[in-house]
Amino acid sequence: MSVFAFYLFAISAITGGLFTVISRQPVHSVLWLILAFLSSAGLFVLLGAEFVAMLLVIVYVGAVAVLFLFVVMMLDVDFAELKAEMAKYMPLALLIGLVILMQFVMAFGVWETAHKAPELLANPVPADRHNTEALGLIIYDQYFLLFQLAGLILLVAMIGAIVLTLRHRQDVKRQDVVAQMMRDPAAAMELKDVKPGQGL
Amino acid sequence: MIQADLTVILPEIVLALYAMGALIGAVYTGKDKLAVPLVWSTAALLAVVAVWIGTSGAGTQTAFNGMFIDDGFSRFAKVALLLGAAAVLLVGQDYMARRGMLRFEYPILVALAAVGMMMMVSAGDLMALYMGLELQSLSLYVVAAMRRDSVKSTEAGLKYFVLGALSSGLLLYGASLVYGFAGTTQFAGIIQVAEHGSMSIGMLFGLVFMISGMAFKVSAVPFHMWTPDVYEGAPTPVTAFFATAPKVAAMGLFARVLFDAFGGAISDWQQIIVVLSVLSMFLGAIAAIGQRDIKRLMAFSSIAHMGYAMIGLAAGTEAGVTAMLVYLAIYVTMNIGTFSFILMLEKDGKPVTDILALNQFASREPGKALAVLVLMFSLAGVPPMLGFFAKFGVWQAGVDAGLMTLVIASAVASVIGAFYYLRIVFYMYFGTGEDDVEAKGSPVLTLALMASAALMLVGVVYQFGIDGAAAAAAATLVN
Repeated sequence: MSVFAFYLFAISAITGGLFTVISRQPVHSVLWLILAFLSSAGLFVLLGAEFVAMLLVIVYVGAVAVLFLFVVMMLDVDFAELKAEMAKYMPLALLIGLVILMQFVMAFGVWETAHKAPELLANPVPADRHNTEALGLIIYDQYFLLFQLAGLILLVAMIGAIVLTLRHRQDVKRQDVVAQMMRDPAAAMELKDVKPGQGL
Repeated sequence: MIQADLTVILPEIVLALYAMGALIGAVYTGKDKLAVPLVWSTAALLAVVAVWIGTSGAGTQTAFNGMFIDDGFSRFAKVALLLGAAAVLLVGQDYMARRGMLRFEYPILVALAAVGMMMMVSAGDLMALYMGLELQSLSLYVVAAMRRDSVKSTEAGLKYFVLGALSSGLLLYGASLVYGFAGTTQFAGIIQVAEHGSMSIGMLFGLVFMISGMAFKVSAVPFHMWTPDVYEGAPTPVTAFFATAPKVAAMGLFARVLFDAFGGAISDWQQIIVVLSVLSMFLGAIAAIGQRDIKRLMAFSSIAHMGYAMIGLAAGTEAGVTAMLVYLAIYVTMNIGTFSFILMLEKDGKPVTDILALNQFASREPGKALAVLVLMFSLAGVPPMLGFFAKFGVWQAGVDAGLMTLVIASAVASVIGAFYYLRIVFYMYFGTGEDDVEAKGSPVLTLALMASAALMLVGVVYQFGIDGAAAAAAATLVN
């Protein structure tokens, strides 16, 4: 049963990946990408990593792919032209792809792990803990440094997004709360004695 | 235990905290008005941390379950890259400020990139390696695209980002294969199983993919395509930064992975490095001949120089790593001087990067022209200058390791490459035609140019203990 499920998910993941690349419509590409994400989530479930699987569904399918969808719909890019450009290099790309595929068959056909590998392998899931707890224990303890570094990387991403896109426009009136509070009637108003029939 | 770990990475923590504090401080107060003081304080802090790392710390310490290694090798690389980054910040400040490009995020991003680079050279684990690499790369992508109203700068940033993401993907795929074979991501574990002859093809695949990813970061041929465009498009101070500190970090990372994780299988990766090295040297030498833009020229020059530095790596010996470290230190010094000169060049207030504009430069600015002459001779590897001794060091290590063909090829490439360095000198002294390019800028630039040129001469007699430090550093890496 689980073998059947594995092949089902694996084939649909590969199909999803393939059509992400070759489908004509960019929106279809994103939808195929979602299929690939969902299939890999299924593979994670088969491995017993339920938390990661759900994360993949929530974060990648729920947020990233939907964002992608919006970006693709908003962007005014002529994908047909890009595809035509791609077709020019297709024969060479196919040749290289074929060579790499053959090499992979060679590499994975005789795949063996080092005989010492089992003892080096850290057991990611301690037997008596469930998935989420085990992950938390690893991330905040063993991989504490990496967790903090990931935070720094996200900070850089945030700074980068702001540096590259934020523009301070001079002609926009912004609310200045302090200035508003510091106003007093004497400075803000001027009383004029307007004579009847004359105007200012 | 956590306290002991934190003590080991204290320099990184200080830098990261400074970057975050400066960011918050600047955002809530002066913003871009604080840019100039921030550049000075960041450069000062980078230099202080460099001195701190250089003088403190002895022996080898690991922290966070072997993720972070603090040894002589990492300390040498850190001192070199921090001093390089500090110098580049100071040198570029005037250029950026005068052209309204200086934003307060620039020094902060450089500081964060420095943290990333320090993590790279100290990585003791495939994941720590990747995290450091991404922290550095992301900061670099942003500073490359910093001039967002310039199409070229934006193109440079985007190109760098897309190709950088591809190379990160290659590296990660390789890392996953290595993990699959070894059962661990720690270098200390990988080296136990990665012995010549006992590696499976899958592991070898992983190694090749990882080398491809890292070769991209050092811009070794055939993974160099991004370099000329990014160097040309990025603002010149940023280009100067790219050509110094990140190169040290990337080569340091390269050596760290190859020796710490795959030190038992030298003959498996040696031939790959030899090929990368030969291709880089020749492409760097030949492709630069047609260039007129000095920034593109320096890009090809950096490709070629990384090829020479890789001879030391390919040797696979302690002497080779020593020669590589010395080479990198000298290369960074030369580049700081050369880029100070490039930053000074302007005509009617506009920056000039065309080398033909240098016609008769020597008759107007004899002092600066002489300094540039020294630097160009040194970059080309003409004997009396320090640059020759850098090359000589890696050649010697190569010959000792039995890589005679590589060394001969490298000598041929350096003769070809000398052409375009000497052409700059030729234009300066004997160029015909009138061109009134000026060399203006703050005294910092002149100082950096003169100091760098002077070091190329003084270094021949006295090298400030770099040799000894590099040898000690290499001894901790190769054993």
